[in-house]
Amino acid sequence: MTAPEKIVHEHEPDPHHGLYSRTVFGFWVYLITDFMVFATLFATYDVLHDNVFGGPSARDLFYLPYNLVQTLIMILSGFIIGLGGAVAHRKHRSGTIILFAIAFLLGIAFFWMELGEFARLMAQGHDWKQSAFLSVYFTLVGTHALHIVFALAWFIVLIIPVCAHGLTAANIRRLTCLRMFWQFLGVVWIFIFTVVYLLGVK
Amino acid sequence: MIEPGHGWNTSFKPVIWGFVISLLLTLAAYFIVVEHLLVGWALISVVIALAIVQGVCLLVFYLHLGVESKPRWNLMIFLFMVLIMVVILLGSMWIMRNLDYNLMPVTTGYGEHG
Repeated sequence: MTAPEKIVHEHEPDPHHGLYSRTVFGFWVYLITDFMVFATLFATYDVLHDNVFGGPSARDLFYLPYNLVQTLIMILSGFIIGLGGAVAHRKHRSGTIILFAIAFLLGIAFFWMELGEFARLMAQGHDWKQSAFLSVYFTLVGTHALHIVFALAWFIVLIIPVCAHGLTAANIRRLTCLRMFWQFLGVVWIFIFTVVYLLGVK
Repeated sequence: MIEPGHGWNTSFKPVIWGFVISLLLTLAAYFIVVEHLLVGWALISVVIALAIVQGVCLLVFYLHLGVESKPRWNLMIFLFMVLIMVVILLGSMWIMRNLDYNLMPVTTGYGEHG
């Protein structure tokens, strides 16, 4: 039943589609390794998060509405960049640039809130040296923040070829990788929001 | 609902589905915690289950996991990663809780110990 489909697929290889799906696959393999990095950090967090060394615990430090707003910004940004990805595949250049720019600005807002929380904790004297809990908190959330920095830099770098050459096949591949990276960070953030903030404050 | 294969690249539908599901599940988890609707292990398991459901939905609707045509290499490598992830996470939790149980005095929490 499925045989005719297979034959068509094998006898008419589309070089562009092949390159596109190979690029997406290669980038997906990278994201898989990054998932494992975060899995290891989550395992470390689970082991160490009770060791507050007489200092503050998650319940004393975090204010959930702040983190909810942060999460909603990240969700909205992932949605907007998803629309941007679809528009890029439809070859609407200005729409693509506008949607990616909105996702970028929401990303800046998210990053600002992430840094704001680090700054608040440090100003209160709760830095990563105070307890194992704070060490692992700064490592886990800081690793996410570091990924966000690279993603934001990637947005800026990608604007140049898209403005210069438009939505060529190569640029659509690049935009797709950035979209996947950004949405991957959104998925990781959902787990940070749940494990660190919701279950920390519960 | 959604056409299979490459239609996913140009379609807005999966993006909108992912967004709506993500929003609802996040707000649900938030209100369960803030309004104290559940306690203890029920709370922990429900909130983590909501996060896992949301994660899977986002992977499918945003990152197009499992909608590729056959041989599904993206899905296979993902499932292998899940296996390793489960070993890392459950293995760490299991072995470290056993260590706590075997090494620490029962009456003192190790938070005060240093």
